[in-house]
Amino acid sequence: MRENTRQETLDDPKLQLALYTATGRLMDHRKKAIGGGKVPEYQDLRTRAAAVKRHTLDYLDVYLTQFEAAVQANGGKVIWARDGAEAADFILSLAKEKGESLIVKSKSMTSEEIHLNDRLIKHELETVETDLGEYIIQLAGLRPYHIVAPALQMTRYDVSTLFEEKLGIAKDDVIENQTMTARRVLREKFLAAGIGITGANFLVADSGAVVIVENEGNARLSSSAPKIQIAIAGIEKMIPRVRDLGVFLALLGRSATGQALTSYTSILSGPRRKDERDGPEEFYVVLLDAGRTKLLADKEKRESLQCIRCGACLNYCPVYRKVGGHSYPWVYSGPIGKIITPQFQGKEKDPWLPFMSSLCGVCAEVCPVKIDIPKILLALRRESQKSSDDAGAMKWFARLMTRPWLYRLAASFGLGWLGRKDGVWVREVKWPASSGPLKDWLAVRDFPAPPEQSFRDWWEKRRK
Amino acid sequence: MPGRVSIFVTCILDQLFPKAGVAMVAVLERLGYDVEFRKEQTCCGQPAFNSGFHDEARAVARHFLDVFDGAEHIVVPSGSCTSMISHHFADIFAGDTKMLQRVHAIEPRVHEFSTFLLNVAQTDDVGARFPQRVTYHDSCHALRELGMKDVPRRLLRKVKDLELIEMDTAEECCGFGGTFSVKFAQISSGMANTKVDSILKTGASHVVSVDSSCLMQLRGTLSRSGHKVETIHLAEVLAAR
Repeated sequence: MRENTRQETLDDPKLQLALYTATGRLMDHRKKAIGGGKVPEYQDLRTRAAAVKRHTLDYLDVYLTQFEAAVQANGGKVIWARDGAEAADFILSLAKEKGESLIVKSKSMTSEEIHLNDRLIKHELETVETDLGEYIIQLAGLRPYHIVAPALQMTRYDVSTLFEEKLGIAKDDVIENQTMTARRVLREKFLAAGIGITGANFLVADSGAVVIVENEGNARLSSSAPKIQIAIAGIEKMIPRVRDLGVFLALLGRSATGQALTSYTSILSGPRRKDERDGPEEFYVVLLDAGRTKLLADKEKRESLQCIRCGACLNYCPVYRKVGGHSYPWVYSGPIGKIITPQFQGKEKDPWLPFMSSLCGVCAEVCPVKIDIPKILLALRRESQKSSDDAGAMKWFARLMTRPWLYRLAASFGLGWLGRKDGVWVREVKWPASSGPLKDWLAVRDFPAPPEQSFRDWWEKRRK
Repeated sequence: MPGRVSIFVTCILDQLFPKAGVAMVAVLERLGYDVEFRKEQTCCGQPAFNSGFHDEARAVARHFLDVFDGAEHIVVPSGSCTSMISHHFADIFAGDTKMLQRVHAIEPRVHEFSTFLLNVAQTDDVGARFPQRVTYHDSCHALRELGMKDVPRRLLRKVKDLELIEMDTAEECCGFGGTFSVKFAQISSGMANTKVDSILKTGASHVVSVDSSCLMQLRGTLSRSGHKVETIHLAEVLAAR
């Protein structure tokens, strides 16, 4: 399968409906979980969570060291990876050393970010995604469409066709049956795999624990069935103490899917101990930098690292709901993608990205850790202004708006040229207005004909 | 006894929707205010600020501060422009103590029109009559930066013979977003169409808002698809009798 372009997405009524319905459902679930006084302390929780995250980022060096010591004390090992290649190299050499060739994986945006599967599969390590949505997009060869719901854009009919093609089974568009098919395939993988890779929703510094929330049980299986567990996480996933976890668990499930608590919350701290019956024999945590320390040094935009990847900003974003996840350049889409992509991947690559927003601010309103996304978008726009096409226009704008006589003259002449007429909306305008920004305006909607007199003209006449 | 108010008739109102400005004057005068219009005024500078051009935004903001120097109350018929002045002027002059002093001095004196009626004039009934079925569009900056959810609705509920029907997407962005509306016209239009569907479902004859830019986006979209639903600034509804 191939990704739809932005225009294709906008032009496809079926996809538009699927996108609008799926995000709308997640919005409704969140509203139901939080609204109506269900969580009276909701705003306090947000304030607390944001403060904990900010504090942790300010003292991240301390907490990272504490975390590593705690993991070691639990019998595990921390691997520091500067980038995706270092993370993959560790996994490759470990697999080689242990003679393992099959890896099961639970959902991890961090691994998507560094294209871990591609790197592993290139070295003939079979790597199987076990989250249903991730499994589907892995079969389809697509990027995640959404941080939380990777196959959000696909209907059951799409999945039916995909399973027929990739698994050689008869077409079946009953969701329960599709789930059972995936389960059947994946159970065998779980039992045969020597290595399980998981992500991490939180890393807990005081106890060396990796916390994973999920609904399918596949992360728990990935972290317990294979002999070796590897958790891969960005360094910003840290929280100081186990007692801080409650605040985040209360917010994450509600913000993401409207659940007070997800079906499974796994707190994994180290390999199986002598008196324990299950759990992995070896436990590794790969801590990934890949641009995070650079962002940490940027005081103005550091709060971008507070994100707990709940996806609420995507669900609520009116732009995401129109263009979908594949219209963004990286694996992180929606408002959060818009602010972290330029900061991780470089601002030069897609300079238009921070501008693809009406700055409506709903993202900041729903963010459980209070990231001021519009503020960061504005900062990114500011940084890109030197290369902007708008520079000339903005110079003129300032000239006009600081000289009332010139403003008046330009408006009177310019709008007069368009033809004044009260209460009329036009489909086209005269040249040269027809070649400026009005052209793009008029491509999709009408424009008001300038009125017979401006407000200031009216005011002056009235005073006489 | 009502005093003197200075009105800031935003550039888009001045040039494209003067009727809303005229209506605001009518309502304020009806309440007994002595209205002044300082004719050197132009714009709040938001287009430059939102595009990332702080130097240009500062120049325009400085002009605004000069023009409105000494005004006791500045009343603005736009949530978006009010928010630019009362929230973001401080951002663009960050670090400039002298200018920040001027900005902070003006912040409490700048009022979005409907908020002025409720908080300063202390009335939610201006004696208006508007026998129509209307729906209210929450403009993003009025809603999220100024926290104006109830203010316009309280005023609308007191308008005689007016029926207020809420649309299901009242709080969703109309897709205007300043330069966004032309830089990403197709997305902007998609957002407007979602909103229009929701407006049409209410059966309203008029969409009311406190921001003319949103109304321009919505009316332009309605007009293009041949719908008769009108857009109207809250001030015009309150001026009607």
